[in-house]
Amino acid sequence: MSILTVQLGQCGNQIGFEVFDALFSDSYCSPGLCSKKENEAYQASCKERFFSEEGNGDLVARAVLVDMEPKVINQTLLKASQAGRWKYSQHACFCQKQGSGNNWAYGYSVHGPRHEESIMNLIQKEVEKCDSLSGFSIIMSMAGGTGSGLGTFITQKLQDQFPKSLKMNQVVWPYGTGEVVVQNYNSILTLSHLYRSSDALLVHDNDAIHKICEKRMNIRQISFSDINQVLAHQLGSMFQPTYSAEGSFHYRRSPLGDLMEILVPHPEFKMLGVRSIPQMSESSLAYSTFTWAGLLKHLRQMLISNAKMEEGINWHVRPPVSGLPTLGKTPCNKELHFNTSIANLVILRGKDVQSADLGGFKDPALYTSWLAPADAFNAWKTQRAFNKYEKSATLVSNSQFLVKPLDLIVGKAWNMFASKAYIHQYTKFGIEEEDFLDSFSLLEQVISSYCNL
Amino acid sequence: MTQSVVVQVGQCGNQIGCCFWDLALREHAAVNQRGIYDEAISSFFRNVDTRAVGDGGSISKGRICSLKARAVLIDMEEGVVNEMLQGPLRDVFDSKQLITDISGSGNNWAVGHKVFGSQYQEKILEKLRKSAEQCDCLQCFFIIHSMGGGTGSGLGTFLLKVLEDEFPEVYRFVTSVYPSSEDDVITSPYNSILAMKELNEHADCVLPIDNQSLFDIISKIDTVVKSGKLGKTVKPKSLVTSSVGASRKRHQKPFDAMNNIVANLLLNLTSSARFEGSLNMDLNEISMNLVPFPQLHYLVSSLTPLYTLADVNVPPRRLDQMFSDAFSKDHQLIRADPKHNLYLACALMVRGDVQISDLRRNIERLKPSLQFVSWNQEGWKTSLCSVPPVGHSHSLLALANNTCVKTTFVELKERFTRLYKKKAHLHHYLQVEGMEEGCFSEAVSSLSALIQEYNQLDATKSMPVQELPRLRIAV
Repeated sequence: MSILTVQLGQCGNQIGFEVFDALFSDSYCSPGLCSKKENEAYQASCKERFFSEEGNGDLVARAVLVDMEPKVINQTLLKASQAGRWKYSQHACFCQKQGSGNNWAYGYSVHGPRHEESIMNLIQKEVEKCDSLSGFSIIMSMAGGTGSGLGTFITQKLQDQFPKSLKMNQVVWPYGTGEVVVQNYNSILTLSHLYRSSDALLVHDNDAIHKICEKRMNIRQISFSDINQVLAHQLGSMFQPTYSAEGSFHYRRSPLGDLMEILVPHPEFKMLGVRSIPQMSESSLAYSTFTWAGLLKHLRQMLISNAKMEEGINWHVRPPVSGLPTLGKTPCNKELHFNTSIANLVILRGKDVQSADLGGFKDPALYTSWLAPADAFNAWKTQRAFNKYEKSATLVSNSQFLVKPLDLIVGKAWNMFASKAYIHQYTKFGIEEEDFLDSFSLLEQVISSYCNL
Repeated sequence: MTQSVVVQVGQCGNQIGCCFWDLALREHAAVNQRGIYDEAISSFFRNVDTRAVGDGGSISKGRICSLKARAVLIDMEEGVVNEMLQGPLRDVFDSKQLITDISGSGNNWAVGHKVFGSQYQEKILEKLRKSAEQCDCLQCFFIIHSMGGGTGSGLGTFLLKVLEDEFPEVYRFVTSVYPSSEDDVITSPYNSILAMKELNEHADCVLPIDNQSLFDIISKIDTVVKSGKLGKTVKPKSLVTSSVGASRKRHQKPFDAMNNIVANLLLNLTSSARFEGSLNMDLNEISMNLVPFPQLHYLVSSLTPLYTLADVNVPPRRLDQMFSDAFSKDHQLIRADPKHNLYLACALMVRGDVQISDLRRNIERLKPSLQFVSWNQEGWKTSLCSVPPVGHSHSLLALANNTCVKTTFVELKERFTRLYKKKAHLHHYLQVEGMEEGCFSEAVSSLSALIQEYNQLDATKSMPVQELPRLRIAV
């Protein structure tokens, strides 16, 4: 089944390019460390999911590119055609002349309705190119105007027009120390609306990825390309084909469906995070060897201590001793040391993957009480290696890890809202104070729900 | 991509405008080597086939034939505009897009605003509509004028109301040259205060400039150039004051160096909208991010670097120095002290070979020494444009919405009061039809209210940041 990617705004389009490039590189340019037959099946599965083929054999990304001003889409198309490995369809782009001005209200209330028909038509055309559609991967930032506002609008329309298809939003969390002055407003409006219409929000945090680039990859002058490539790697390691229950050569048919089923058991809890290890620069890879035991130990500790990178992990954090009753509600402003999970998925790729022991992840102490660990934890093992990594482990989790960052954003937005600063820019386009209050309420509810796990 | 129209009013406005168009051509020539008319150039220029009879039909693609500035030139005396139309830039201006008169406004805001305003309203509308029609998607009007005179100040601000009524969705960015205390026009305080009211009410965003700051920047550069010690030679094209490589070969007028600085400000302001980069910033984002309340739309600008050293033996100044300089008073285009006042928001618009990590590192580094208002502690807006300005490998324009602007306004008000108390020269204004003392008192009230807004924000400076109670959820 196919996944249709909708790239929105500058961020969405820049990241989208890197994602398709990473998927292509992995499928067609990596050793795979497996049999030829397996590799071919992998490539075929990847192609079905992410690329369509033109008559002359050219691979075309299954994507719709949307932006309210032309510069980024032009750049993106140019990059793809210059690299010459795969391309975007010229007809799958929707562009306007003037951007959304970092204004969520403008993206949602003006651009949305105005361009709904054209954009949805474009999406429909791309959907028809797929034999069967698993769902949509919508890439957008929260901080700007188009990705956030228009992205939210389009997600809602997708829900109306394709009720049977799943939607996973790739939501890019901005740097804490300001990229856009009104980023907190745009963020809370985005998150609150998406919570109602999306099936899962996979959060990608600029600050976290930046640290990975800095500390793990040793990149000195980090550009957005670097950041986007790390993000693409994480997403690729999640989306690339994995064996289904039938074993080798049989790759899972419904990637999004399987992900959702495992990770989002309850509609109140939709925030997902992804961590993929090892994280290191390619030059260091040649000198490193990994064991599954080592990787999994790190990954497990990263999960429970809420570490985002494979360095500076706090090894003192331990799961609560099982058997002790939970002492009422955990107050939210207390430092959440232990990260409780609702559900976890570990994806392992590479050599001797069958020997990997995942016992550590099945510990009931890691999870809330309402799902048995057998249901809360899943593992997908695939012999075919990912990219240049002989062994790689990816963790996709639905856990408390986002509570603190979300709380921070809501707090800052609330503070600004109390002073009424910038509100006139939103009311100008039909987003009133009540809409803000609705958003705050919804998100406080989400924070509270996650806190009380 | 969108287009912008520049409306240059009065002597000062037109002289700055002239420098702007010259440097804009220079910049586009440096970037666009193949002579193709692309979207970046189209933001400020039309492509016209001069062989065609009549208007000179606009060509939207293909090779550059003849570039015409998207500009409207307005002056109530002919000298400056005539000189421009006879100078090396004569082909760049559309000779029909200008409005001139002979007598001038006599440094009298009332004459500029009331007399010439009503007299030329239709003609002004006609020219503006024409330039708007020639745009595919008009986003912004840039108005350039001075505050202290009669035409730029009076007619320039009259224009704002016309623009607001006729093109309500198009942004109005105003570059205003404020009179310094040694200004030789005696009535400049009157003109400025009367103009301020219009700026308060009808401008989306104002970039105040004062001559003294521009002059100080020139002095600083002169010191470096003349010192020439240790082989420190400056790349001529890189000087923020220079016209090298542009059509006007050498400085013809004493103000050219100063005007080039302002021209560079406008180029840097629009660079991320015209050229590609990893984090674009369009003009509508400036207003959105830097104007928290409609009246507080005055931005302090600072430009760096002012020059680039040519000597390869001297190591390039560290990138971080550029960021420090942007927050130093030496680089500001208006006398103000943002570091000791309160930031409401700050934009950093970077050009050239700079990446996101450089930006983040410097924000972290400089943040502790800057005070941001309690509800906007992380009030930064950042942009990265890949194309550097001519003669540099990178540059930075900082736009700060900071309470320090109020000092300029307070001084202006004081100068006004000194004059007004004695009713000096008042009759020149009151004898103009439509003018009465009420106009003055209204203008002063408007300014006082604005100053009061800044004062109220300043009062929050030393208060501890309050943790406001959040919404509680019933479980």
